[in-house]
Amino acid sequence: MTAFWVLAPVMVAAALGLLFVRKAVHAALLLATVMMSLAVLYLVLEAPFLFAVQIIVYTGAILMLFLFVLMLIGAESRLSLVETIKGQRVLAVLGGLVLGSLLVIAIGQVTLASPVGLEAANSGGNVEGLADVLFSTYVFAFEATAALLITAALGAMVLAHPERLTPKESQQEMAARRVREYAEHGRHLGPLPAPGVYARHNSVATPALAPDGSVIEASINRTLVPPRPADEPDLPELAADEDEEGPQ
Amino acid sequence: MTEYVILSAILFTIGAVGVLVRRNALVVFMCVELMLNACNLAFVAFARQHGNLDGQVAAFFVMVVAAAEVVVGLAIIMTIFRARRSASVDDASLLRY
Amino acid sequence: MTPLLAAAEIPVVAPVAADGVLAWAWLLVALPLAGSVILLVGGRFTDSFGHWLGTATAAASFVLGVTIFVALLGRPADDRSISQHLWTWFDVGDFQVSMELLVDPLSLLFVLLITGVGSLIHLYSVGYMAHDPRRRRFFGYLNLFVAAMLMLVLAGDYVGLFLGWEGVGLASYLLIGFWQHKPSAAAAAKKAFVMNRVGDMGLSLAIMTMFVAFGTTAYAGVSEAASGASEATLTAIGILLLVGACGKSAQVPLQGWLLDAMEGPTPVSALIHAATMVTAGVYLIVRSNFIYELAPTAQTVVVVVAVVTLLWGAIIGCAKDDIKKALAGSTMSQIGYMMLAAGLGVAGYAFAIFHLITHGFFKANMFLGAGSVMHAMDDDVDMRHYGGLRKLLPVTFLTFAFGYLAIIGFPGFSGFWSKDLIIEVAFGHSTLVGLAALLGAGITAFYMTRLMLMTFFTDRRWEPDVHPHESPKVMTIPLIVLAALSLLGGVLVIGGWIGDFLEPVVGHAPHPELPVPAIVLTLIITAVVAVGVALAWLLVGRQEVPRTAPQDVSFATRAARADLYGDAINDTLVVRPGAALTRGLVGFDSGVVDGAIEGGARGIGGLSGALRMLQTGYVRSYALSILVGVIVVVLALLVVNWA
Repeated sequence: MTAFWVLAPVMVAAALGLLFVRKAVHAALLLATVMMSLAVLYLVLEAPFLFAVQIIVYTGAILMLFLFVLMLIGAESRLSLVETIKGQRVLAVLGGLVLGSLLVIAIGQVTLASPVGLEAANSGGNVEGLADVLFSTYVFAFEATAALLITAALGAMVLAHPERLTPKESQQEMAARRVREYAEHGRHLGPLPAPGVYARHNSVATPALAPDGSVIEASINRTLVPPRPADEPDLPELAADEDEEGPQ
Repeated sequence: MTEYVILSAILFTIGAVGVLVRRNALVVFMCVELMLNACNLAFVAFARQHGNLDGQVAAFFVMVVAAAEVVVGLAIIMTIFRARRSASVDDASLLRY
Repeated sequence: MTPLLAAAEIPVVAPVAADGVLAWAWLLVALPLAGSVILLVGGRFTDSFGHWLGTATAAASFVLGVTIFVALLGRPADDRSISQHLWTWFDVGDFQVSMELLVDPLSLLFVLLITGVGSLIHLYSVGYMAHDPRRRRFFGYLNLFVAAMLMLVLAGDYVGLFLGWEGVGLASYLLIGFWQHKPSAAAAAKKAFVMNRVGDMGLSLAIMTMFVAFGTTAYAGVSEAASGASEATLTAIGILLLVGACGKSAQVPLQGWLLDAMEGPTPVSALIHAATMVTAGVYLIVRSNFIYELAPTAQTVVVVVAVVTLLWGAIIGCAKDDIKKALAGSTMSQIGYMMLAAGLGVAGYAFAIFHLITHGFFKANMFLGAGSVMHAMDDDVDMRHYGGLRKLLPVTFLTFAFGYLAIIGFPGFSGFWSKDLIIEVAFGHSTLVGLAALLGAGITAFYMTRLMLMTFFTDRRWEPDVHPHESPKVMTIPLIVLAALSLLGGVLVIGGWIGDFLEPVVGHAPHPELPVPAIVLTLIITAVVAVGVALAWLLVGRQEVPRTAPQDVSFATRAARADLYGDAINDTLVVRPGAALTRGLVGFDSGVVDGAIEGGARGIGGLSGALRMLQTGYVRSYALSILVGVIVVVLALLVVNWA
């Protein structure tokens, strides 16, 4: 019980934090907190196998997937908390309160007998017990999950693969285009400048600086530039930092 | 055991409110995960209450489904982001009157 | 006359099967029909010989008609009703209509008139339409008309009669509007068609009533069942048949189309709108004698309509300057005589048919004569532009004079016999009707003399560039034949032959008792006719005829020039209320009906527009509604558990 009373407030606080943090990375970390705490509670509830799965699969794999995507689509950006749909926030909080109090009151009315406990079920070991149930009673559901996972993997591959709408530009065409662009617009013929090397943060995401100290935007990959939320300017402090430091 | 279930209900509700108030698709997704985990807690608690492993198996299946869902969902978010350069669920609102 | 007593006297149509030459009766209809089909389907390929083919089929029908007539005369008098069953037309439950031809004295007289006069008019048209580029089509229509008219009179069933009835209506429409490039002709055709539809409605209702009352529409079945039916039913059928007859025969109140129908080519006016089709109403009433004899009320209505039309047409004829319209008014009036005789029952049927035949001769003669005059005068129809033509058109003048003498009832000519008999029977019915018929005879003499004088006598009033000339032989030969028939038509009544011949069909009645001896009545009629002629001589022949119609004339003249305001009456009583009703219905439709429907649609559309706003496209809004749903479900569960 000690573990529960220690972890429960932590979990609730972390979950609540999920509603307020302005950075997605923080949200992921708060979620990790909740999940790790849950894993401990599973152990307390005599489910050692799920304890392992929760840590390895959930926290280790799924949450890392989250972080991975997060980095792809802009980890640096701050999330706006301004509500755009009229009345949505008020109604959501109101609805949440009603639902929560309803559930809590309803569950509070119930008096459960003292738990049976899993000593008997886990007598041959928790993993063996689960395997017994899984491969007998739930064997068809288990097979179905195999199909589900395969389908999901395929779907993810199809979705993540960008569709090519135009024929691929050959090297010859590209060379011709660049020379033409140079002739017409004076665009630089050579390769793009390399990212900055005097960076404090992350060399790939930090723009290079020209000899006069100005930032060369073209030196960083476009996908690494975080998207600008409507109410926040893009990279204000980053540019300022670079200005301050400059090439010594 | 009641306190576990109550905790599960509270986490579930917080997750639900999170889905409603957050605009970033990734955070919304995390809130959905939170709701799934809250359910899992109830399953595992009831398994112990009743003294058999069916609850744990259910939690196990929930995890499998959640994994599949996350894979596909994140791929969708990636695709939308590539097309619109935005991860806000409010921006994907073309399907309307 | 009580219906029960009358029932014994009314012949029942009980035909025997056709044999010998009579079995060829179907060819009577088939020949002109085939001619029409060839001419209308063959198109330009038949242009070169089409007119002769059309004439030949009509003439062939006439020859066949004469052969059948001779064959029929060779049979005993009570065995002259022959039917030829061709095929079963429709067969629905107990109701059966067979395509059946009925050859009896009545229909055969009509066949001879239609094919005989029709052939002459075909012949005449060969010359009259010689310069019309659509002559072949004209003959196709004429043949179609002859076929339909023969179908009408030969049918052994009211439904078959209706087929012919509609066929002649169609042919009439096509021929009145033959010169369709003239808006007046197109309008006249439409008017004739529409007014005939009113009459056809009456006829079709009569046929339906027969079907309901008797379960059959064959003459044989109806004539047999009629004696057992209630008088109210028979009166209703009789009046509905009269409505049909009024439409086809241009009787008041459906008379308006006939004057306008003169827009068609003159042979059409002669064949259809004088000699044959317009007499179909008379045929219908005489043919339905088994109904009218049992419905005295309907007979009275027929008499009233006939008398009104008789005078109406005669008065119009007095004021018209258009030669064809004057003759058309005269046609109305003469058909009024026939209807009068037909309405007088058994005593008059035979005389109605007799007058119909003589009228067919002399009116066709005069119309063709008028066509010859117009031909000479460059298609001018205004008699005020004629005058003194007797020297230039001697054949036309002489033949026209025969028709003239026949129609006014000059002693010895065919019209004398037939009209005299009708007036006699009218006096036998009631003095009032007799006096009306007598007055009509006087007016007839007046207007026909006026027409004669203005055309062939008095000063020459035509334009200097008009050079009247006699028509070619192909046109004058039919005139001569018809003139001879106008003179000799009276032979049919020698020894009461026509009455005896028709007796198996229409029955026989003793000669009516007259207020004065018959010979005195004949003298009186002749005297009245002489007065009419003299008046015309004084008012027209002795004075100079102005080239344009004087406008400072009496109200009576103005009214007669305006067809006695027949069109105005139709306009006020039917057209304008109908238009107002239509406007009202359109307003009701667009205001109330459409308003309700469109208003409902608009309301639902508005509601949908409002509900549409719920589809914001924001997935979070939808999620919120899901949350509300979850709350409702949880609440419901709690309520159910604790209730």
